[in-house]
Amino acid sequence: MHELAICQALIIQVEDIARKHAADVEAIWIGVGPLSGVEPRLIERAYLLVAQGGRASEAQLHIQSLPVRVVCSSCGTHSDVTPNNLVCTACGDWRTTLLCGDELSLLRVQLLAPTSSHSIPRPAHV
Amino acid sequence: MCDSCGCNLTPGNQAMALQPLPASVTAVEVLSGLLNANDLAAQHNRAHLDAHGVLTINLMSSPGAGKTTLLEQTIAALRGHLRIGVIEGDLDTENDAERIRRQGVPAVQITTGSACHLDAHMVHDALHTLHLHELDLLFIENVGNLVCPASFDLGQHCNVVLLSYTEGDDKPAKYPVMFRTADLLLLTKSDLAPYLDDFDPARAKTNLRALANSAPVMTVAARGEQDLNAWLTWLESRLQAHRSYLSLDSLA
Repeated sequence: MHELAICQALIIQVEDIARKHAADVEAIWIGVGPLSGVEPRLIERAYLLVAQGGRASEAQLHIQSLPVRVVCSSCGTHSDVTPNNLVCTACGDWRTTLLCGDELSLLRVQLLAPTSSHSIPRPAHV
Repeated sequence: MCDSCGCNLTPGNQAMALQPLPASVTAVEVLSGLLNANDLAAQHNRAHLDAHGVLTINLMSSPGAGKTTLLEQTIAALRGHLRIGVIEGDLDTENDAERIRRQGVPAVQITTGSACHLDAHMVHDALHTLHLHELDLLFIENVGNLVCPASFDLGQHCNVVLLSYTEGDDKPAKYPVMFRTADLLLLTKSDLAPYLDDFDPARAKTNLRALANSAPVMTVAARGEQDLNAWLTWLESRLQAHRSYLSLDSLA
C-alpha cells in the first residue's frame, strides 16, 4: 500500500550513491521479504513512476525475494518456513527468532559512467 | 562495508548476498534498510513522547472489533487513577473523538480522507494539540484495517491488536504481518461466545504462537466490567516498566 513512499526513499539513497560516484545508475538490487508488508509487483510499478527524470531513470530494478528463515530457541535449527507458520521444522517449537523475511533493503547499486557507454573498472566500497 | 570477504554477512542476511559481478563492472554493495520519511517522523514522535514520559499504545483491529468501546470502558475504570489522552483515526466523522470527549478525556480526531491508515506525520500534528505533560497514557486508535496500519510506525511504545469473536479465530494466520506486531492480543466481544460455537480462543492463540509471537492473549467483554481486570493490570505493568526504563535511560 505504501510502495510509492518506499520507492521515493529508495531513489533518494540510490541517487545519493550515484552522485558520490559522479555516475548514472545502470541497475539496482533490492531485497523484499514476505513479512515486510510490501508487494514486489507494486514496488516495480511504483519504481517506474518515481525514477523518472533522475540518475536512475534508465536503471533496471532487480527484486530479490527473500526466504522466511527462523532459528529455534530450543534446538538451534535454522528453518525455512512460510509467513504464517514460523514453527521450527525440526522440533516443532514456536519459540523461534526471525533471521530473515521481513526486510525491505537496498542491496546493490550498479553504476555507469555518464561520459562512456561501458562501466568503469574501479571497485567501490560503502 | 566490505564487499569481498563476506565479513558483514550473518545467518540473518545471508539470503541477501548477491552473485559477484565481473571486475569490469562498478557496483556499490549496500545493505541498508529503506528507512523512509515515516520511520524518521515516528522516531521523532517517540522521542517527544519519552520526553514527557507518556506511554503510548497503538490500538489496531478490523472495523467494528470494539476499539472505541474498549477505550470508553478503560477510561471509566481508570478515572482518577491515570490521566488518559486519545488520538482517533478514521476516514471520516468525528464520532469516535466525540465519544471519548464525553468521557471527559482529551481526544483529537484525525480524519484521513481516503488514507486507510494513520502515519507518523498525521500523529505528529495531533501530538502538538495535546498537553502531553498532563497525560500518563496516550491511546492511538488506528483506522479499522488489518492490513496497512501494521506497516506504519507512529512512534508508539506498544501495539495492541483486537480480534472480535465474530471475526473468526483464523485471522492471525490470514494477516501475519499485523498479528506479528501485537504486544497483546485482545479477543473482544467474548460475551457472544454462546452464539458463536466455532470461535475457539485456544485456536486463535495457537495461530498467534505460530507467528513466533509470545504476546499474551486475553478475552474481554468490554460491556462486562470484571473482564477488564487482566487488561488493566497489563496496562499498569507496561506503564511502570516504561517509566523504569525511562528513568534508567536518563541516568545513562
